[in-house]
Amino acid sequence: MIEVRDLQKSFGAQKVLDGVSFRIERGESVAIIGRSGCGKSVLLKHIIGLMKPDGGDVLIEGENIVPMNERQLLRVRQKFGMVFQGAALFDSMTVAENVAFALRHNRKMSEAEISKRVAHALDVVDLPGTENRNPAELSGGMRKRVGLARAIIYEPQIILYDEPTTGLDPIVSDSIDHLMLRVRDHLQATSVVVTHDMRSARRVGNHVIMLHKGKVHANGPPEQIFNSTDPIVRQFIDGVADAKVEFQ
Amino acid sequence: MNLLANKRIAANLAGLGQITLLARDALSSLFRLKVAWRDLLYQIYFIGVKSQLVVLVTGAFTGMVLGAQTYFQFHKVKMDTATLAVVSVSLCDELGPVLTALMVAGRVGAAIAAEIGTMRVTEQIDALRTLATHPVDYLVVPRIAAGHIALPILTIESISIGIASSYFVGVYLLGIDPVYSWYNMLHFTHDIDVVIGVVKGFVYGGIVALIGCYKGMNCGLGAEGVGRATTEAVVFSSISILITNFFLTLLLGKLVGQL
Repeated sequence: MIEVRDLQKSFGAQKVLDGVSFRIERGESVAIIGRSGCGKSVLLKHIIGLMKPDGGDVLIEGENIVPMNERQLLRVRQKFGMVFQGAALFDSMTVAENVAFALRHNRKMSEAEISKRVAHALDVVDLPGTENRNPAELSGGMRKRVGLARAIIYEPQIILYDEPTTGLDPIVSDSIDHLMLRVRDHLQATSVVVTHDMRSARRVGNHVIMLHKGKVHANGPPEQIFNSTDPIVRQFIDGVADAKVEFQ
Repeated sequence: MNLLANKRIAANLAGLGQITLLARDALSSLFRLKVAWRDLLYQIYFIGVKSQLVVLVTGAFTGMVLGAQTYFQFHKVKMDTATLAVVSVSLCDELGPVLTALMVAGRVGAAIAAEIGTMRVTEQIDALRTLATHPVDYLVVPRIAAGHIALPILTIESISIGIASSYFVGVYLLGIDPVYSWYNMLHFTHDIDVVIGVVKGFVYGGIVALIGCYKGMNCGLGAEGVGRATTEAVVFSSISILITNFFLTLLLGKLVGQL
């Protein structure tokens, strides 16, 4: 479904992705973990074509999206839904207009049908009745849920989550985890979750990829990663700032 | 020093290339009719209706000052009744479109750059792209089209109120003969002068919106990036309008046989 081959990306002299390769099968739920600044979000943006790599390929259902221009990518992106770290809600629109955006702009649908789908999507993310509120009036957790509703309303095949629980309290984080699981089961969608919340990664991922120094350092099922004896994996999972392990 | 100058020139040339590509994208989007019509209407309201006060005040006071100054000089050679004709032709050909565009650049160019720049730094433009919407279709085209539509109308308004204000100042404050003034104005102002004003307004409307959109979409990160993009949008729009005005004057003059 998603195949990344030898992906490379630098910003100036800093090499963020240095030959990243992996494959994600249809229906899989993959957690991508790694330290802040290790290139997780950059990788996610390459998967949906928001960034162009310096080298390597990204294949979506066998189709290489790297050489595509912005207009060609629009067709591919209809398969995707993405939840942003800061939710990225359109602040000039109400919650309902945000959630309905893709239906209004890319699909021919009556207003009655759109309203019904918006109400249902908001119901799925436990925010019924918030249609007419402005994003500025919402808390961080609510904004992320609206972002999720906006991403799932058109039932995409692949959902990308960019640090969905960052900055939220443990209870709200827990509810977002449950929502991601519910959406995964409901839509049978492939999920890619970028996170450094270990609890979330363990719960949501049935496959975990760890990035370190721009490369895939570990790749396997959660039990294998979380029981790993590799010092770098261990240190990250245990959250220990240990000077003995070089972690630059 | 040379290296720095070369870098600067290369960056400016790259910017020119990028803005040309953005204009090409916008044009191709317009021809594909990928326009968000509701947003186009809103932008016409924002650029056109909401700019009226500033444009009308500018037009009125420019007309009054121009009328008074022209009268002071013409009075010395007993050509008082030619005052309104000079005001009219000057406003139609040059001052009306240029001053209107400069005022709109300050108000609208800055607002466009700030709005799109904020959308960029808060990842709203990326969100648009993930929702399979081309940012040029959704953000750039409605603004450029609205600029092209609104500026000529604002220019006409500015010229009209400028002439009217000059008439009142000349006739009621300075005592110029109203009938000869009006007659001379109609005699020396030709249809082509009005057309030149409208054409210039059309061109400058596109310039203001295009530069505002370009600066917003390419702004640096953070509040500083948005602030810089906003300032640059106004500065570059204003300079572009003044430079374009010179070449447009030569071109239009050539076309209508004044050269």
